[in-house]
Amino acid sequence: MRAPDDGQAAGETMLAVDNITLSFGGVRAIRNVSFDIMKGEIRAIIGPNGAGKTSMLNVINGFYHPQEGLISFRGQERRRMKPYEAANQGIARTFQNVALFRGMTTLDNIMAGRTLKMHRGFFWQCLHWGPALAEEVENRHKVEEIIDFLEIQAIRKTPVGRLPYGLQKRVELARALAMEPDLLLLDEPMAGMNLEEKEDMSRFILDVNQQLGTTIALIEHDMGVVMDLSDRVVVLDHGEKIADGIPADVQANQDVIDAYLGVAH
Amino acid sequence: MDFLYQVFIDPFVQMVDLPDFFLQVLWEGFVSGVLYSLIALGFVLIFKASGVFNFAQGIMVVFAALSLVGLYALGLPAYVALAATIGIMFVLAYTVERTIFTHLVNQPDIILLMATIGLTYFLIGFGEFVFGGDPKVMITEQLGLPTGSTAFDVLGGLVILQHIDIAATVIALIMVASLAVFFNKTRIGRALRAVADDHQAALSVGISLDQIWIIVWFAAGIVALATGIMWGARSDVSFALEIIALKALPVLIVGGFTSIPGAIVGGLIIGIGEKIGEIYWGPLVGGGIESWLAYVIALIFLLFRPQGLFGEKIIERI
Repeated sequence: MRAPDDGQAAGETMLAVDNITLSFGGVRAIRNVSFDIMKGEIRAIIGPNGAGKTSMLNVINGFYHPQEGLISFRGQERRRMKPYEAANQGIARTFQNVALFRGMTTLDNIMAGRTLKMHRGFFWQCLHWGPALAEEVENRHKVEEIIDFLEIQAIRKTPVGRLPYGLQKRVELARALAMEPDLLLLDEPMAGMNLEEKEDMSRFILDVNQQLGTTIALIEHDMGVVMDLSDRVVVLDHGEKIADGIPADVQANQDVIDAYLGVAH
Repeated sequence: MDFLYQVFIDPFVQMVDLPDFFLQVLWEGFVSGVLYSLIALGFVLIFKASGVFNFAQGIMVVFAALSLVGLYALGLPAYVALAATIGIMFVLAYTVERTIFTHLVNQPDIILLMATIGLTYFLIGFGEFVFGGDPKVMITEQLGLPTGSTAFDVLGGLVILQHIDIAATVIALIMVASLAVFFNKTRIGRALRAVADDHQAALSVGISLDQIWIIVWFAAGIVALATGIMWGARSDVSFALEIIALKALPVLIVGGFTSIPGAIVGGLIIGIGEKIGEIYWGPLVGGGIESWLAYVIALIFLLFRPQGLFGEKIIERI
């Protein structure tokens, strides 16, 4: 077991990152960052632009491979991992700039999230009959539940490229939920939304956490949202961790205030 | 006035005067249209799944046909040679993925295009090295494909249908129908489209790019083999076929790069259009317009409908 950080919550550790260092050439995007995510919590990662938040998510879901450090997910330690393997072990994510399959309908986008839940091989798929068809129908039911959950029934058959931005973000969340993840990584789920859309999205995130029991790691710039939603907050600045704890403590932390206000170090 | 008459009136008078001949021209156009469609289909498959315009599709047609003929010449029975050729197309797909495309994930499209151009020249050289540069005869009969022809009495004249052309049409129809279902209704089809739209997002939902690209190159290889057999049965199997494959470009512009039905309709428009143009309007400019008319049709489409008949409408938020 790791030594408890300040603000350690009780319970089982879902994911722990340990002394992660990531560089691109000479630029060090993340330096010796460690934190953990407990099962069932909403963990916010905040920090000014360029602090390394998105890089951290990319490390967790396998897009980037850190030069140093270890990640353990559900007790399994690993140094590097492919995105495909991360997805297979139950890590889903959304992207800062919406990354949907633009040519496909909402339904097909969400069904794509079921890829790993469907196992019939190439030849059954070619036949599109028998077990493959049954599997398709079964997964379609699951997808319909998610569509109901996120209240996007009306846009089921709409190509996502035509949807307004706020709905695209919701479809992206739906696609991630279709994977039935244990850990959901949300990269600025509310960026560019108006107040009403933000309230909707906050409600969905809470519902996902409470009703589906999904652990969530969240990057967000809107401090109001972060303080309301999250159980614990980790703060990054220039690739280093400067604070970690419950929202109220982090908010009062002098280092955090300095980082946001840009006080000279 | 005389020239206007020859352009706007005379061709239509000829069509009405000799309706049986007109039907024959239509059929010939239809058949070459089907073959163009088959080639275009190979392009569409890879473009849909990876956003790459696969310059090497033409040489894959030649390569598949040469492998089939070559294996038969080695003494394998025709159907065994066919199965072995399918195996070769799989090995080709696997090798191309492993040695080239797996290293180019997330690269700009132009890089991928250049890679396929490189692949084309490699395959030309490799193919000539293995099979030699001489034209070969397709083993049409040995594969059980019909070779005769039937003449029909229609409209007071004769229309002759080659059986191989009918077979080509049927095979093309079956391929298209099954590919359309595969793409739109199955998990792997959906994964293929997902990869085409966004590599990163596809990875994040657990789609393995390597696997998808092998599947799609293999499918394109099988389409190439079918195309090679059909073209080979009508002429010879030679490296000249590779040039004909570039006719797929206007077909794709007309039909849309991402649409399987588009490849078919585009192929038919180009095939029929250039035959009718050649026969009825060609003599006005001394003939030979068949070789460039397709590109003119494509240009006109580019002006009025750049995404093609069935292409996905380009919507860009700014």
